[in-house]
Amino acid sequence: MQYLSPTTIDDAIRLLSSQSGDCKVLAGGTDLLVRMRSGFAEPDSILDIKRIDELRRISRDAGGWRIGAAVSGAEMGEHADLVADWPGVVEAVNLIGSTQIQGRATMAGNLCNASPAADSVPAMIAAGAVARIAGQDGLRDIPVADVPTGPGKTCLSPGEFVTSIWLPSRPERSGDAYLRFIPRTEMDIAVVGCAVALTLDAGGTCTAARVSLGAVAPTAILVDAAADTLIGTTVDDTALDALARACSDAARPIADKRGTVEFRVHVAGVLAKRAAIIAKTRAGGAS
Amino acid sequence: MSKIHVTTTINGDPVEYLCDAEETLLDVLRDHLGLTGSKEGCGTGDCGACSVTVDGRLVCSCLMLGAEAAGREIGTIEGMAKGDQLHPLQQKFIEHAALQCGICTPGILVAAKSLLDHNPDPSEEETRYWLAGNLCRCTGYDKIIRAVLDAAKDMREAS
Amino acid sequence: MALDSKTDTKPQQFKVVGTRPLRPDGIDKVTGRARFGADMSAPGMLVGLVLRSPHPHARIRSIDTSAAEALTGVHAVVTRADFGPPSDPGVADVLDNCMAGDNALYDGHAVAAVAAISGKVARQALKLIKVDYQPLPHVTDVDAAMAPDAPALHEGRADETVPAGMSPNVMARHEFGHGDIDAGLSQADRVLERTYRTEATHQGYIEPHACLATMNADGQADLWCCTQGHYMVRNTCAAILGIEQGQLRVTASEIGGGFGGKTTVFLEPVALKLSQKSGRPVKMVMSRSEVLRATGPTASSSIDVRIGMTRDGRITAGFAELRYQGGAYPGSPVDMGSMSAFAPYDLENVRTVGFDVVTNRPKQAAYRAPGAPMAAFAVESAIDELARGFGLDPLEVRLKNAAREGTRASYGPTYPAIGLEATLRTAKDHPHWSAPLGPNQGRGVACGFWFNFGGDTCVSLNITPDGTVTLSEGNPDIGGSRASMSMMAAEELGIPYDRVRTVIADTGSLGQNEVTDGSRVTFAVGLATIEAARAAKREMCKRAAQVWGIDEDAVIWEDGAARPAGPNAGQHPPMSLAEIAAIASNTGGPIAGHFEVNAEGAGVSFATHMVDTEVDPDTGAVKILRYTVFQDAGKAVHPSYVEGQFQGGAVQGIGWALNEAYIYGEDGILQNPGFLDYRIPVASDLPMIDTVILEIPNPGHPYGVRGVGETSIVPPLAAVANSVSDAAGVRMTSLPMSPPKLLAAIRSGQS
Repeated sequence: MQYLSPTTIDDAIRLLSSQSGDCKVLAGGTDLLVRMRSGFAEPDSILDIKRIDELRRISRDAGGWRIGAAVSGAEMGEHADLVADWPGVVEAVNLIGSTQIQGRATMAGNLCNASPAADSVPAMIAAGAVARIAGQDGLRDIPVADVPTGPGKTCLSPGEFVTSIWLPSRPERSGDAYLRFIPRTEMDIAVVGCAVALTLDAGGTCTAARVSLGAVAPTAILVDAAADTLIGTTVDDTALDALARACSDAARPIADKRGTVEFRVHVAGVLAKRAAIIAKTRAGGAS
Repeated sequence: MSKIHVTTTINGDPVEYLCDAEETLLDVLRDHLGLTGSKEGCGTGDCGACSVTVDGRLVCSCLMLGAEAAGREIGTIEGMAKGDQLHPLQQKFIEHAALQCGICTPGILVAAKSLLDHNPDPSEEETRYWLAGNLCRCTGYDKIIRAVLDAAKDMREAS
Repeated sequence: MALDSKTDTKPQQFKVVGTRPLRPDGIDKVTGRARFGADMSAPGMLVGLVLRSPHPHARIRSIDTSAAEALTGVHAVVTRADFGPPSDPGVADVLDNCMAGDNALYDGHAVAAVAAISGKVARQALKLIKVDYQPLPHVTDVDAAMAPDAPALHEGRADETVPAGMSPNVMARHEFGHGDIDAGLSQADRVLERTYRTEATHQGYIEPHACLATMNADGQADLWCCTQGHYMVRNTCAAILGIEQGQLRVTASEIGGGFGGKTTVFLEPVALKLSQKSGRPVKMVMSRSEVLRATGPTASSSIDVRIGMTRDGRITAGFAELRYQGGAYPGSPVDMGSMSAFAPYDLENVRTVGFDVVTNRPKQAAYRAPGAPMAAFAVESAIDELARGFGLDPLEVRLKNAAREGTRASYGPTYPAIGLEATLRTAKDHPHWSAPLGPNQGRGVACGFWFNFGGDTCVSLNITPDGTVTLSEGNPDIGGSRASMSMMAAEELGIPYDRVRTVIADTGSLGQNEVTDGSRVTFAVGLATIEAARAAKREMCKRAAQVWGIDEDAVIWEDGAARPAGPNAGQHPPMSLAEIAAIASNTGGPIAGHFEVNAEGAGVSFATHMVDTEVDPDTGAVKILRYTVFQDAGKAVHPSYVEGQFQGGAVQGIGWALNEAYIYGEDGILQNPGFLDYRIPVASDLPMIDTVILEIPNPGHPYGVRGVGETSIVPPLAAVANSVSDAAGVRMTSLPMSPPKLLAAIRSGQS
């Protein structure tokens, strides 16, 4: 196996496209090294993107935030302005694994690992995040929701990699939240995850909402029907009940070692309700 | 495939080694450098027994390649005491009987020191969540948490 | 043997025992210097790896190792063909578990092993070994394995206790009890019948199995390994390899947890064989996945209970049928489960029947009070349900039926002084019992029992010329026992704790020592330590008598010094241990004491646990709010480590109750061989675990010590289940009470 550590995006693209065998991009490595250890991945080369300075930055961009693909969860959690704008996205990222994992794991890596249960992905989808992808043909931006195409699969072509994630500017009176269910209090993979991002008007009526579920389908899903239950309401109990039903209806989970179909369907609704209440409070709505 | 030559700093000392590309930092520490204080309990980042710091950041050394350590500052359990002076956390772990078998102890100490570096006055809950990635099967964590909180108190009072 | 001192149960005054000194291995363990199983290396060492069956049950038609052997860097490949029949048929199953014979019996069963110059080459070599498997039907569930048409693992191996017509997977039947169950049940106001289930759990020690073996062509061998009993390792490996026990020296490394799981061998005979074949030292270390797939989890169980109770809380009869699967070989702990199920109670009519069942799972190994927690879960849940059904205080009901001194135990013997009642009364008076509970919160209690073991033990105590004391014992220190031994030696000799240094001797240095199991070490090794110290004191008194020119009977040992027994012995200033040691060479030579015993009188132990939980009715999540352990320690030698045992056992039980389980698919493959989905409790799952140490002296030990390590895992399964059932308003009879299972129960209870 070969270890490559370019210092510029151009070098990374060149190296990635010139590798003959299986070349894996290494960001935090918290999934890749586990897969290598268990024999599920046996790459011929590894391309470490952490030596590329611009991928290590969190910066303002077009009113929103651009988060480099090599930025760790811990660094995101320590960025006060980012946390103030997108608390739900940051808390979703910070839920991935232990303190040790947070020291390495990246949001882009969580996206590209393409687990249906990835914590940060529903939160990014609800936030309307956009992934920037670099390849031989240059850069392209695509919505995060379109990146994973199935368990372990992404829309990236060979020779492409994600360089950053862009979070849009946060509208006035907006809030987001992410909740997941795990059997323990830490260290588990989400059995169900739910993110809600919403905007209120001055009177407390919801004018925009995005609701996303994780671990209930082959990829994280955006549930328009769930958002519709909130828009035009004050996110009151009636709306929350409708939201829960819409999320349970949208859930198409499998039964596995982590949970049953019935459990995931029910808890998708429970978490949606709880996440919506937090998002509403963050948006300045009356609790 | 030829080995990779890495120059790095471990516990303040300059260190050079050769490693295979797929070898983890934990493999390098244990098998090439004789630093066996970091333990492998799982190899998948689930137990924290291999905890080290990299440029001050707490990580699992089993989830990092040895090649990635080039130019970094690595901190392991072997660097925690200063000469014959134990770190207050080490002393408190002995005093509180916060270890039974002791296999998780190096990782927990490295993680606990990292906590106190970030937050000198953690609550019990903050301490429990910070250490959630460090499995201990012997103690039920009670005496570990007490030892960390007691060390934090002494360190605050001493500073 | 009977010791005169054993009957002395009057309260004793201690100077060292009962204090909390620092453990002697503390600095090594907080600095990373302590050497565990995987921390040793040897010049010229090879790396050994094991190839494991991907099938739950398969005939091994052939194994072709030629390509692996031809790979550059590979120095040895072994299969079962390299092992002859063991010299002791008693270890045949152990050998078969270490290296499969004709059949692979479970997912993860070892089928071959290689030794190569690096892990990388060894991994390549494993891929080059071609095994021709013929898959066979498999079974992993205990009740399914008992069905008459179940796939059979060992046709015709059932022992004579098994009635004709049962499934060939039933290996043994056990029965205990006395009285007349039907007559007793007829006196009850209510008879409760329930079936309870528990899943297999793993000991979950953080240190994977590891060893370093060197074996020469002449049969001399050295082995370094993490184990709970290096003498057991020596004897087992010698029998498997057909060498003499005295030719194999085993040194125990520091041990990173065991909890019963390191009371047998897995890698060691294979590493020795690889070393013999390659002529090089061979180191083997398991991965976590290997630990979970191929080393001993405990049994899973299915238990039917029938208990009759009067409306005032008197148990009129208790019956249980216990079915435990112990993996691919006979020997599940159903016998101990059957003996312990009703052990806390004074019952006129009691009977338990246990069935030992084999399935296509890894061979079970002992796990802390093996067999008892599942049995206690069933019985303590049933008693709780009956008590609550009558509106009675569950602690009162247990007190009313509690076993006491003189009670005939359900498994046969009559109890001497025991501590169950004291734990119950203390629990009832504790503020925890009367603290208010909020919505969705519940409180549960349960009792637990463990036998405690004694067994073969050797201790050697030597006085150095400068008057310090070295103590050699033959049991690995798994949780602070070096400290306890030093304390007991210091107590007996009347010297400060830090003047005694205890070491774990290798198998060449002492006689036979039983493994560290059955909570035996503080009791049995402690007893031997005290007697070794007494032997040394007798010798020191003799030396003093010689110096003083008086009769040795006229010298006594008091406060760390030899003194004339009375005025008739003459006026002589006391001679301290150090003074006697300094002149030992001139008074007859070095001074030592030693003691060898098959220790009896371990003294049973009881605990009562109390736990508050909160259940999220919308998700089935359970939070442990408060936990208190009340347990009889006989005499707590080092209270901090006694508390540690109480806390650790309680938390392992919490894991078993809530989230730990071996999960098998229909394909018979273990689905969760890692710490990600084999979910042991993490720090944020728990509150502080409060402990109350009770001290009802064990008449069988000079200081009254009872083992404390295992009893603490017996009550929590039931205590947590009783608490969760109280909080959720539904009775939970199946473990683990994972959120999906609990939520389903809550929702079906609502509808």
